[in-house]
Amino acid sequence: MQAKTVKKTSAFAGVNRIRVSDLVIAFVILLLSLTCILPFIHVTAKSVSSNTAVMSKSVYLWPKGLNFDAYVSIFRDGQLTHSMVYTVIVTLLFTVIGMFITICAAYPLSIRGLKGRPVFAFILMFTMYFSAGLIPEYLLYKDLGLLNTMWVLVLPLCFAPYNMLIMRSFLASTIPDSLYEAAKLDGASHIQTLIKIVLPLSKPILATLSLFYAVGRWNAYADAKYYITAKSLQPLQYLLSNMVLNSGNDAISLAESAAAESTPEVLQAATIMFATLPIIMVYPFVQKYFVKGAMIGAVKG
Amino acid sequence: MAQKSVERRDLRAGKMGVYLRNNWQLYALLLIPIAFVIIFKYAAYPGMRIAFMNYKPAKGFSGSPWVGLETFEKVFKDKSFHTALRNSLIFNFLDLIVGFPVPIILALLLNELRFDRYKKVSQTILYLPHFLSWPIIASVMLTLFKPETGLVNVALMNLGIIDKGIPFLTEKWHWAVSYLLIGVWQNMGWGSIIYLAAITGIDAELYEAATIDGAGRWRKIWNVTLPCIRGTMVTLLIMNLGRVMGSNFERLDAFGNVQVKDFQYQLAIYIYEKGLAGGNFSRATAVGLFQSLVGLILVLASDKVAKKLGEDGLL
Repeated sequence: MQAKTVKKTSAFAGVNRIRVSDLVIAFVILLLSLTCILPFIHVTAKSVSSNTAVMSKSVYLWPKGLNFDAYVSIFRDGQLTHSMVYTVIVTLLFTVIGMFITICAAYPLSIRGLKGRPVFAFILMFTMYFSAGLIPEYLLYKDLGLLNTMWVLVLPLCFAPYNMLIMRSFLASTIPDSLYEAAKLDGASHIQTLIKIVLPLSKPILATLSLFYAVGRWNAYADAKYYITAKSLQPLQYLLSNMVLNSGNDAISLAESAAAESTPEVLQAATIMFATLPIIMVYPFVQKYFVKGAMIGAVKG
Repeated sequence: MAQKSVERRDLRAGKMGVYLRNNWQLYALLLIPIAFVIIFKYAAYPGMRIAFMNYKPAKGFSGSPWVGLETFEKVFKDKSFHTALRNSLIFNFLDLIVGFPVPIILALLLNELRFDRYKKVSQTILYLPHFLSWPIIASVMLTLFKPETGLVNVALMNLGIIDKGIPFLTEKWHWAVSYLLIGVWQNMGWGSIIYLAAITGIDAELYEAATIDGAGRWRKIWNVTLPCIRGTMVTLLIMNLGRVMGSNFERLDAFGNVQVKDFQYQLAIYIYEKGLAGGNFSRATAVGLFQSLVGLILVLASDKVAKKLGEDGLL
């Protein structure tokens, strides 16, 4: 059904013969797709190749002298694995709290008769367009005692007004008013209506927004750079940037402390893949929810 | 609808009390996010006053003297601020010019792609870079483009096309091009979704009519598809114009190195280095305030323009 309507809107509707231009288009798309996947295959191949093969620059897309020494070093060192577990915990907390607050904001704001709705929406949205800036926020979090705690990675960012907008427009457009009416006639309060009727009907958008929150938190590291100095509280992406990008001082320490047999290059490749694989493995299964969210976001909040 | 009319009736009867009794739970729910933004966002606004003070971290707000606009005068005379501002504007404009058409072209290509299975798989792959963090992207690119050992340079040298590695990410002019193209690459797939959605909404009869008139594929793209998604294009272009003051700290930070400082030094980096790293809180706050204000004005202006052109605004 879906495919049928898509085909219909194509400029090609009605003709079934495959033409040269079809193949050209397919080829261009192939090239673009390869640019998105080959870099990661290359780094993966490097991370499981032997030192000599990497040193002689003969590893392209297929590993040579297959071995997992670099990954063994990473696990033996424990720094990255610790950070991975820690980042998972932070991400879960962030997502749960963020979703709770988003629901609390989006549901009342989706109800048309609510008095003062524009004012509340404005208060929630304004911070998206005008931020106090790095230093005032830094001083605030310092006063709140958040610096150098896990919570500075959770609380300041965990409500995203944009996600609230997506949820609000989903609720306003998909929950029929007759359901609210029925709930009211049954004597249900607003909160009962929310829990028993609205949320079960909103499962797809709840999945989508949870993923938006989770991926956003998983990938962000600027706030860790601003607010956290303790090494044990650094999220995975920040650790990666310290190990591979910022002159690689930490990578050397990793090699030393783990008594690694791998060269820095192999170790770096393994570090990169260690941080990348979780996303790449989960991504194909959750991708469709992201697309759904992007569509609703596009239709405008 | 029903709920609305019930509430209307409550109001018309002048029963504010009834309205509140029926709806207090909604306000209670709203209180949670509002308290949240007040504590973690609004409470930071008063801190912006240190842009008008000579703030000493050791002395705090009460111990630091007011200096009026002196900090701003210093900032606007500061050479490194000029560099940062110039770089921010130039790179954001280039990002916009290079990055704007690519998702549109990609969406048109994907829409014309006839092999459904293949299309689905390639879309999944094309969206992937959007979900990876900047440290991952930067470190993968560094592995790929290193002058001596990077895959691209090694391959080019083996093919005899070059005999010395190209410093894609370690010489400022090369860096500028690589940085921009990587930005485009990272966003092209994700950016195409919104156009694909717009294309799906086009009335199939338009294409049928064009076919009857004898239009070929390219004519139909030019005369049907593109005019039909013009609204989406205009809205997105204007909205992106509104964002030319902001810069992505993580992208800049991840791709930064000593050799490319001249170009990588943009407002976000300036604020971080002068402020948090350098301890000059007043100056960093002044620049942040300047950036926020100009950004807000640009967003408001672009929203106005979009609405004037008959498109959906942002606000």
